Amino acid sequence: MSNLLSLVTFIPLVAAVILALLSRGDSEDSQRNVKYLALAATVFTFVASLMVLFGFDSSNTGFQFVEEHSWLLGMQYKMGVDGISVLFVMLTTFTMPLVIAASWNVSHRLKEYMIAFLVLETLMIGVFCALDLVLFYMFFEAGLIPMFLIIGIWGGKARIYASFKFFLYTFLGSVLMLVAMVAMFADAGTTDMAVLLTHNFGSETLDVFGFQILGGAQTLMWIAFFASFAVKMPMWPVHTWLPDAHVQAPTAGSVVLAAILLKMGGYGFLRFSLPMFPVASNLLAPLVFWLSAIAIVYTSLVALSQQDMKKLIAYSSVAHMGYVTMGIFAANQQGVDGAIFQMISHGFISGALFLCVGVIYDRMHTRDIDAYGGLVNRMPSYALIFLFFTMANVGLPGTSGFVGEFLTLMGIFQVNTWVAMFAASGVILSAAYALWLYRRVVLGDLIKESLKSITDMGRREKMIFAPLVVMTLLLGVYPALVLDIIGPSVAALVETYHSNVAAHGIVSTAASTASH
Amino acid sequence: MIASDFSTVLPEVFLSLYAMLALVVFVYSGKDKHAALSIWLTSGVFLLLAAIIGLSSAPDTTSFNGMFVDDNFARFAKVVILLSAATVLVMGQDYAAKHDMLKFEYPLLVALSVVGMMVMVSAGSLLTLYMGLELQSLALYVIAAFRRDSAKSTEAGLKYFVLGALSSGLLLYGASLVYGFAGTVEFAGIMQATQGGDLSMGLLLGLVFVISGMAFKVSAAPFHMWAPDVYEGAPTPVTAFFATAPKMAAMGLFARVVHDAFGGVIGEWQQVVAVLSVVSMFLGAVAAIGQGDIKRLMAYSSIAHMGFALMGLASGTAFGVQAMMVYMAIYVTMNIGMFAFILTMERDGRPVSDIASLHMYSQKEPLKALCVAALMFSMAGVPPLVGFFGKFYVLRAAYEANMAWLAVAGVVASVIGAFYYIRIVYFMYFGEAGEPLDANPVHRLHIILVISAALMIAGTFFSLFGIETLAQIAADSLAN
Repeated sequence: MSNLLSLVTFIPLVAAVILALLSRGDSEDSQRNVKYLALAATVFTFVASLMVLFGFDSSNTGFQFVEEHSWLLGMQYKMGVDGISVLFVMLTTFTMPLVIAASWNVSHRLKEYMIAFLVLETLMIGVFCALDLVLFYMFFEAGLIPMFLIIGIWGGKARIYASFKFFLYTFLGSVLMLVAMVAMFADAGTTDMAVLLTHNFGSETLDVFGFQILGGAQTLMWIAFFASFAVKMPMWPVHTWLPDAHVQAPTAGSVVLAAILLKMGGYGFLRFSLPMFPVASNLLAPLVFWLSAIAIVYTSLVALSQQDMKKLIAYSSVAHMGYVTMGIFAANQQGVDGAIFQMISHGFISGALFLCVGVIYDRMHTRDIDAYGGLVNRMPSYALIFLFFTMANVGLPGTSGFVGEFLTLMGIFQVNTWVAMFAASGVILSAAYALWLYRRVVLGDLIKESLKSITDMGRREKMIFAPLVVMTLLLGVYPALVLDIIGPSVAALVETYHSNVAAHGIVSTAASTASH
Repeated sequence: MIASDFSTVLPEVFLSLYAMLALVVFVYSGKDKHAALSIWLTSGVFLLLAAIIGLSSAPDTTSFNGMFVDDNFARFAKVVILLSAATVLVMGQDYAAKHDMLKFEYPLLVALSVVGMMVMVSAGSLLTLYMGLELQSLALYVIAAFRRDSAKSTEAGLKYFVLGALSSGLLLYGASLVYGFAGTVEFAGIMQATQGGDLSMGLLLGLVFVISGMAFKVSAAPFHMWAPDVYEGAPTPVTAFFATAPKMAAMGLFARVVHDAFGGVIGEWQQVVAVLSVVSMFLGAVAAIGQGDIKRLMAYSSIAHMGFALMGLASGTAFGVQAMMVYMAIYVTMNIGMFAFILTMERDGRPVSDIASLHMYSQKEPLKALCVAALMFSMAGVPPLVGFFGKFYVLRAAYEANMAWLAVAGVVASVIGAFYYIRIVYFMYFGEAGEPLDANPVHRLHIILVISAALMIAGTFFSLFGIETLAQIAADSLAN
């Protein structure tokens, strides 16, 4: 099938349109129909995306399943995946049915809720499949609209502040990227990303308003893209929108945000910054390293002092994304492999952790850590699942969290030992905040009156967690599942990166290392 | 010679004759009894002319010794002007009937101002320019004050008149300087006088004054002060008209003058236009934040939009003009939709323009709220809505003209501006519940709103309905 990717991308949108046109009324029946239709659409999307995965040839480092149609302004509608993007598509399609299932109790404006999530899914898949600059930007940016509404309509008390902050923060980041895209378009004469990947953007030192810009045009474009992806990722110090957005978003929104939306930043670094602006990446890698190291240590410490469970996990997400950025710009096989692995694994783990919070939030309507304690007495299976994902978050060997952290640390160690040292201390800190959270919420005696009648997880809730547990364990004990798919593409990426850097006569900060 | 001269101005002649004849006929046939008929008739004439002009494939010609130009650029602008004027006229009918504004003169005044606009975009000399501009403005002054018994409306009319006269004065002064130093009022002659790229001090001064006068007409900052007051004070159908056709006409005129007359000295006016653009974008974005009245907000929004359109013009290239034309066509479409919505905003039978009255609008009217939200996101320039492509075009034009700083300033301003657009979405979707608006039974307005929003969404999938190519043809005939 030549248009499989379009199919995968647009099934949710079609379902959303059907919902919008056909669903009427707020009766119980119609609400149930809405839920089942949304679930069916996401599951079907997942199945269709499995066909992409099975048809994917991992030894081919080029783009596959490519489809191309002309569009306006010399731009194209061009879709395709390679080893770097295919797993993000899978992560999205895998997560969305769980997100829909986790929203089963929503009843306030349910139809709009499901439409928003389905549209969001289309846009997220589109980001990872788009092979045209402007098409990418459209998907990337359009995701703000449904997310803005999701936080704003179904969010918590301070949802208005959080939704505006989310929208404006990320919008500001990405419009700068738009200017850089215009510049790339003007320079290369095309918006085809496959061509842009081979285009050499100027790197001669430029003089801008009397400032010497090393790396020239590349550096300026790199910074513009960095503004967008660093906000999206989010990296310290532009991470402050994330805790607000996470805390105020409904559970499903938090899951999407943590599991998928944050990954767009990392994907962007891999797709644009590293291969298209190698000289600038090489020049500015130390900046990224130190920002990442600060992010890991600082946000872990911040997480320690949180009273709100979601906020704590949000800060832990920022810390974990620090490993990702560090690994990407280490620009060696282990680092980049690890970064992608960490993103996939963080998608499962943080998604699951937000779901864990959602389970007790649904029952008690508070996320305050002090409101809980001793849940193990009444909720044994919840305690088990929460423990499992806490451990995965800490990076316990045997879970996928370990592999990602280990690989990225190994990658960075070859480039900059000091950064590696600080980053490694984050592993200890993450154990501190995660275990402490677990102790305060789950362990101890059940003394709070309000918790005396709390019920354990139901069948639906267990079913939601089951796939996440399986994936986390599976990738933990057999990481080759992921690494085999991404390996060749990453190797090609790293190799071109280093040859490009070398071609510009700059001694690479990273020693090119052999494949794992 | 005379016959061929007249054949190029046939649409304008026809429209003026129609307006004058209709005035006479309606006066003798019962005056306002047939006001509704006069609205529909005028709209019909607009549509007819739009079709004739749009489908004509006449070659680019000039007539009356170069005073009047009929080229693809003029035709593009005229079609946009006529279509938007026709739509806006029809939109206002129910409002006019309800608020004692249903007078047969109203559509005819609009028709006369449209004649002025058509002359403006076809101007080939400073005299034609001034004639068109004044004909347009005089009619607009009158309709701004059309509700004579309303203090706000008369105030708006007077303000517009005084400031408009001032700007006409500036423009005339500039024109006289240009005439004095170039020895001619014709654009082709001015072009020759400025050949070689050197501009005498007098010509430069004249150019700056002419640009100031035109900047007033497009309500670009710092010549924007009249816009918020006039928008707020004028009756809503009139505001809707102000926000659409005259803007297109003034922008067309602007492009005409700087390219046709001063196309040889792009470097001289480029910075002026760029500064107008930056100031407008930021002023429009920042000043709208505090507005509680949706008509005032739309005024500031249009100032910001004019800033973006001027960004295309500032690039001084054919692509820049194309970008500007695409931007203006998109802008007009969005504004028609938005004003169709504003016209439906009523509570207890009285028009309201308070933004806060939109509280939780989406629960009562999900479809309309969705359309307005689409328009808002489109105005903010968020993809995949069509408004984004307008921004993309002008950014590209600015960047390719080595004005990257202008592009960066533009996107930063667009983020600031996004705040008030999404604030409207916030009021509609997750504000606190308040006293609801009346359910307005005017289907016509709803249909226009839905069509406008649908165009903003569908344009992305249908390559902007080919506007791109049309604008390119138009731009090529201008900036050659």
